Amino acid sequence: MVLLFIILFPLAGWLINGFAGGRLPPRAPGLVGSASVGLSLTAALVAVQQPEVWREGLTASLFTWISAGEFSARASLVLDPLSAVMTLVVTGVGFLIHIYSIGYMAEDPGKSRYFAYLNLFIASMLVLVLAGNLLVMFVGWELVGLCSYLLIGFWFDRERAADAGRKAFIVNRIGDAGFLLGILLLAVTVKSLDFKAIADASSSMAVPVATAITLLLFVGATGKSAQLPLHVWLPDAMEGPTPVSALIHAATMVTAGVYMIGRLHPLFTQAELTLGVVAAVGAATAFFAATVALVEHDLKRVLAYSTISQLGYMFLAMGVAAAPAGMFHLTTHAVFKALLFLAAGSVMHAMHGVIDMRRLGGLARPMRWTALGFVIGAAALAGFPFTAGFFSKDLILERAFAHARGWGSYLLWAAGVATAFITAVYITRAAILTFAPPPSHHDHPPFDSAQGGPSGSRGPHEAPPEMGWPMAALAALSLGGGFLGASAVGAPLLHSLERFFNSAPEPEAGAVPVLALTLVSVSAALAGMLAGLWLYRGRRDASLSALGQFLSHKWYIEDLYNAAIVGPLRRGAQFLASTVELGIIDGAVIGVAGAVRQAGASFRRFQTGYVRNYAAVLLAGTVLLLGYWLTR
Amino acid sequence: MSLPPVDLRLILPEMIVAAGAVLVMLWGAFLPPGRQRVLRWVSAFAIILALGVVLALQSGEPAFSFGAMHLRDALTQTLQVIVLIVALLAVLLSGEYVERTHLETGEYYALLLSSALGAMLMAASADLLLLFLGLETLSIPLYVLAAIARRDLRSQEAGMKYFLLGAFSTTFFLYGVALIFGSAGSTNLARVASQAGAGSPLMLAGIGLLTIGLGFKATIVPFHSWAPDVYEGAPLPVTAYMSVIAKVGAFAAIIRVFVIALSAGAVQWGAALAALSVLTMILGNVAALLQNNLKRLLGYSSIAHAGFILIGIVAANRAGISAVVFYLLVYALMTLGAFGVVLMLERRGEEADEISDLAGLAGRSPLLAGAMTLFMVSLAGLPPTAGFLAKFYVFSAALDAGYPVVVIVAVVTTVVSAYFYLRVAYTMFIGQPAPEVKFAGGRWVSAALIVTSAGVLVLGIFPAPVTNFIEQMANALK
Repeated sequence: MVLLFIILFPLAGWLINGFAGGRLPPRAPGLVGSASVGLSLTAALVAVQQPEVWREGLTASLFTWISAGEFSARASLVLDPLSAVMTLVVTGVGFLIHIYSIGYMAEDPGKSRYFAYLNLFIASMLVLVLAGNLLVMFVGWELVGLCSYLLIGFWFDRERAADAGRKAFIVNRIGDAGFLLGILLLAVTVKSLDFKAIADASSSMAVPVATAITLLLFVGATGKSAQLPLHVWLPDAMEGPTPVSALIHAATMVTAGVYMIGRLHPLFTQAELTLGVVAAVGAATAFFAATVALVEHDLKRVLAYSTISQLGYMFLAMGVAAAPAGMFHLTTHAVFKALLFLAAGSVMHAMHGVIDMRRLGGLARPMRWTALGFVIGAAALAGFPFTAGFFSKDLILERAFAHARGWGSYLLWAAGVATAFITAVYITRAAILTFAPPPSHHDHPPFDSAQGGPSGSRGPHEAPPEMGWPMAALAALSLGGGFLGASAVGAPLLHSLERFFNSAPEPEAGAVPVLALTLVSVSAALAGMLAGLWLYRGRRDASLSALGQFLSHKWYIEDLYNAAIVGPLRRGAQFLASTVELGIIDGAVIGVAGAVRQAGASFRRFQTGYVRNYAAVLLAGTVLLLGYWLTR
Repeated sequence: MSLPPVDLRLILPEMIVAAGAVLVMLWGAFLPPGRQRVLRWVSAFAIILALGVVLALQSGEPAFSFGAMHLRDALTQTLQVIVLIVALLAVLLSGEYVERTHLETGEYYALLLSSALGAMLMAASADLLLLFLGLETLSIPLYVLAAIARRDLRSQEAGMKYFLLGAFSTTFFLYGVALIFGSAGSTNLARVASQAGAGSPLMLAGIGLLTIGLGFKATIVPFHSWAPDVYEGAPLPVTAYMSVIAKVGAFAAIIRVFVIALSAGAVQWGAALAALSVLTMILGNVAALLQNNLKRLLGYSSIAHAGFILIGIVAANRAGISAVVFYLLVYALMTLGAFGVVLMLERRGEEADEISDLAGLAGRSPLLAGAMTLFMVSLAGLPPTAGFLAKFYVFSAALDAGYPVVVIVAVVTTVVSAYFYLRVAYTMFIGQPAPEVKFAGGRWVSAALIVTSAGVLVLGIFPAPVTNFIEQMANALK
């Protein structure tokens, strides 16, 4: 029962805010929204006290949903170590962000709508997380998507926000088509979508079938978790309110793809090939997105690319059979990335919406606490020793190395280390450009406190307490949370996950001890931070010349997409010449959408409105049908 | 010559509906224009009474009457229940609209009931002649209803088009019946079934022509071309009603003819119907992408759903029959519900039938927008709505029967359809509401909306009671 309550509280919050929010006093929507998630967090905390959760898992079977022939699906919820960790992340980080939103959205007229969506999101995310079978998970999967589009386009009167919502929707359709096909194939093969039944059936499943299913499911994961080549929607999703970016587009929803793979890990371990693909896509995405983050000017987009990159790490972990490490990184990332976003939101709040780092600078003085929070988050992201990110990222790299069997898989590890270096550089750059005083006040004053913002009354100011406290809590967790996985203190979180995934750490590859690997990744991180300091300390922006050009066009992937979308429509098949390019693959998909519209237009031409034409169509159909029927 | 034995009890529901139609028309002639409200009560009462009788008539053993023309079995019972639910919802939807727009109330309800009678007869027919009779009883009132707004040229055009093309397709149907009679020596479906295995060209041509007549009513491509124009031109509640009732009647007949009588020849007609279903799904869903008019959009949506329903026929097994019946029920609820939402609005006294008229509805009436979102999600076939389960059942029936390609096309077109259905939902949540769009609903439409949205949700989450009932029905068939 307690499982149901975890979901029902935010659902109640949604109903209250959705239907009565407009009539309530102005402070009520925020309080109702936060309180409902707080209650949900409490229920989750109560639920995880039960010892079954950490053994075989607590299940709640609600009712039989579908039964057709041999196939049946029950609506059921399950709380085991995996979903317990995720539930605590969703409700915990969600609760803090709801509180933060009270301050952030205080002046917005659409407050009740905002909190209604946010509550609905939490409820849907919990459905996804607690689902006991794939079908229920799919319900949650689609619902969080819906909330995400609604919240990206929350300020729908801004054209860019509405466009971004549409883009997220279309890109995710591509991913979801794969996901749905995977589910159908699984349903046909296993005759059940219960996670337990799938796990039992996996070991005896033919490898090609398992490979096909898992690859299709992974397509869904790349859409939801913004991995190559479906990553394009996430940076644009930053048009939504910043707490939404923190909650949905950094901490929770985008990790759903990782969680899904963790949930179905018996199936994925059956498909060696898929794991290789997952690891390769993860590593490539991690590296690619980190390099783009290096040259973005918009602070939130830096963080968005950083999220894509860190999600890449998680997929890398999943692909090298280190699911516990991946889930651990998911947890720490949720905390420190939420912190970074909230700090960025605090900057935006103070600067009246300015988020371009070229117009920021010197904010450390007026916004001391925000700056401190950002620096702590940045340190954790960069993997500064003993912060949360250090433990989890280090663990992933260690397992990637231990798993490696050949030059290709060492390349994955190398990409991970390189990414760690670049990550440290870009986040140092972001911190310096935003908070450090500009080197010279004369040539290009990025910000002048005398001018103030549009309101004209005062310059940047520290955030109100309801925004400050959540950041403080997240900062504490970013500093100390990593010890949940530190072997020095017994690694409580990590061990329970390892027991769940049944994966003891692999025996050492032998040649290189753990300490050396740790040293490599730590020195990569520290070198990156030093490089960032050295590069950006004296200058507002260090141009990276030709490389910088290339990176600031995001490796031209989006340009390629655009060209490929327009290509089929305007210039025909010009682009088909370049073969296995990523842009073309996606371009083809979007090109199909264009072709479909074309077909729609040509169908329209048949719809003349004249009865004689319709009769002719009918007659032609008759002739065809009879012809087929009689000559067959 | 001796007359066949007649058991009137077995056609009591049909008689009640027919009597209701006559009563409404006669009474309406004597009522002053302002006081015709009673007629909708009479119609609703007649339908509810018939519904009660249908449910009360024991349907354990199939019972024939009128010289084995009329058959009352479990399938008849279930299909007639669906027909009567559709008719009842249509009366609820028409309630305020008919009076607001000053249509001929008596004729309107009489035609509505007659057409329901036709669909009931089609569901109960064990003979091609009764099937033809039912088909015409269903269609002719619909032609008139499409044209019932006498001062609206679009409505006149719709009625004329529907009538001309409908008559054209009926000739095919009738010719098919003649050919089958020539080949089998009887129009009785059981006799036809025993002769069908021989596969004489005469018989095959006859069956092909039947397909065309029924395909026309069910809006199956390429016999669909009338539908978008007629749906757009007819008055809103009429469009709602005919997009559902004609489909229920046509698919009832298709089950009777193809799945039951001609089951032995399933390999022969299966491939052809599969091809039609693929065509229908593709054309319906793709053409809907570009529509800006809600009636037209729902028209193409109705074509697309005909394709999905046809998948269950192609499967040609028990699971297929129950999937089709369940789909018909769900289709009726979600389509009538979606039309109901449109009926709740008006633009300067006209129908608010453009998608843009819905802009910003979520801000003005969250409940109405929520209901419309629910119907769109269900039409798109997403969980947790009934539309998802309906699709799921037909797909799984077709997979079992060995038609994976059809199912793949169906899944892909389902994905395409999400775009235009969710665009409607999206429009309601963004954009500024148009000031000239006003609320125009009343108690009756609201009641219909409550019933349909509850149905879509309950059937989506707790389908077991209904699906069990339908499954028992399918198992009771021979």
